[in-house]
Amino acid sequence: MSAENLDSLYQEIILDHYKNPLNKGLRDPFEAEVHHVNPTCGDEVTLRVHMEDTADGPIVSDVSYDSVGCSISQASTSVMTHLLIGKSLADAMEIHTSFQALMQSRGHVEPDEAVLEDAIAFAGVAKFPARVKCALLSWMAWKDATAQAVAEDSEGSQKETTHG
Amino acid sequence: MDGLLPELEVIRKDFPILERQLAGGRALVYLDSANTSQKPQVVIDTMVDHLERHNANVAWAMHQLGAESSESFESARDRVASFVNAPSRDEIIFTKNASEALNLVANTLAWAQGDLKIGPGDEIVITEMEHHSNIVPWQLLAERSGATLRWFGLTDDGLLDQSNIDELINDRTKVVSLTWVSNMLGTINPVADIARRAHEVGALVVVDGSQAVPQMPVDVQEVGADLLAFTGHKVVGPTGIGVLWGRREILDQLPPFLGGGEMIETVAMERSTYAGVPHKFEAGTPPIVEAVGLGAAVDYLDHIGMDNIRRHEHAITAYALRGLATVPGLKVLGPLDPALRGGAISFELDGVHPHDVAQVLDARGVAVRAGHHCAKPAHARFGVQSSTRMSSYLYTTPAEVDAFIEALEYTRSYFKLD
Repeated sequence: MSAENLDSLYQEIILDHYKNPLNKGLRDPFEAEVHHVNPTCGDEVTLRVHMEDTADGPIVSDVSYDSVGCSISQASTSVMTHLLIGKSLADAMEIHTSFQALMQSRGHVEPDEAVLEDAIAFAGVAKFPARVKCALLSWMAWKDATAQAVAEDSEGSQKETTHG
Repeated sequence: MDGLLPELEVIRKDFPILERQLAGGRALVYLDSANTSQKPQVVIDTMVDHLERHNANVAWAMHQLGAESSESFESARDRVASFVNAPSRDEIIFTKNASEALNLVANTLAWAQGDLKIGPGDEIVITEMEHHSNIVPWQLLAERSGATLRWFGLTDDGLLDQSNIDELINDRTKVVSLTWVSNMLGTINPVADIARRAHEVGALVVVDGSQAVPQMPVDVQEVGADLLAFTGHKVVGPTGIGVLWGRREILDQLPPFLGGGEMIETVAMERSTYAGVPHKFEAGTPPIVEAVGLGAAVDYLDHIGMDNIRRHEHAITAYALRGLATVPGLKVLGPLDPALRGGAISFELDGVHPHDVAQVLDARGVAVRAGHHCAKPAHARFGVQSSTRMSSYLYTTPAEVDAFIEALEYTRSYFKLD
């Protein structure tokens, strides 16, 4: 890998989010909390989701987290929370799908900036298969936590769950 | 520099991959030999020759190729036995890798009867600096047998904490299993002292030699261990072949591991009787060409001389530690005295995650490992989640260490740490 490729991986925006992560810290209230690890490198994230029902359907009110990991995983978590908080669940799921497709494209998909905003900076990561898992760690955690929160809600239970 | 191998440039020419140009025309600086070593031409050629000219199954083939293949395979066993000074060639068991060798011991102990039987109330002792492959098999054995797993802690300097050894290794101890050289901290453990104490209480001593056998002269009769495991690919041999050495009377007492062809004496529908060692533990067609390659590999190391390789590693490690000490915000994990350690040096660089260090180093052609190095408990002991590790071998030059240190400086500037 050349130095230019290195710059395509480490976009300025990624390094900014790494140094100054948004929405970091675990907060109340939340409906589900999950703990995900990347077994190959040990990166970890504990992530909570809080959703609220509105007349237009559920919205993602908060995504809070505590994490350790590399610049890619940390920046990806920060960007994700910034993108998803305040969105309707349907929109958030669409963003998730779009980001996952971008990461799994091996660099052959043109990112949609209208949907992904800052997350298009991760397009370069898709060319580094070893780093794709880093970028996806917290996104997978969010999806897992959200699925649990939705399941809890449909069961009408207030019980919180933790899942690894 | 004192201690370097005198014909280092000639040795480097034996390893074709070291000529490899990476993307962008950069030279390879391979500092990941504790992960896997590179292979000399003689190992590659020996394996190709075997496949091109002598390939046949071993043991049962009643034809010329079968005889040649068996001869090469069994000759590899002789060479490995000589390499570690085993009293008998029959004490060398070929496995898939070191993990399988350690699992072989832990599994057969779970089924052992008589003196080796392990049950509730018995204790198994390991250390906090083990590779996962010398932790998990013993956790499984403890679960299956009802025995208790205990372990040596580590000092802040990354050495084995022996302050409670007399309490830790006691009359209940059945097995003590420890690494000779830590793959993460680099620490060289006093295995002979530990073995002596373990034998006082009648415990079995298992040594993980995965990092030691590549780096230093190993004489299994001097170590004092009952069983010792190592892997082929870290001693300039191929992957897919590992070695378990064991004292004959222990191996004879242990029940078979895997059942199948080659490990039997006779088979009837009701029951079977088993071959003697080593074949008792080698069910199925073995990794033949891999064993042949390993034979060539240990011959190659013997030819260079393990004493000379140890001196070279020591000199390079000392030089690397001096270089690392000049990098701001860099902290080495493990002993700082090169006399106390092997050639793997793990470190943290303040402000840059190990993944990112390794990625930027890779952009400069420097190959290192980042992560937990399959030693999560040792990382946890020092309050770190992961680290970057450089590891040298007999082909490593001081100039490569310079390139590595310079690449670390570049990493700091890339992440704007000044």
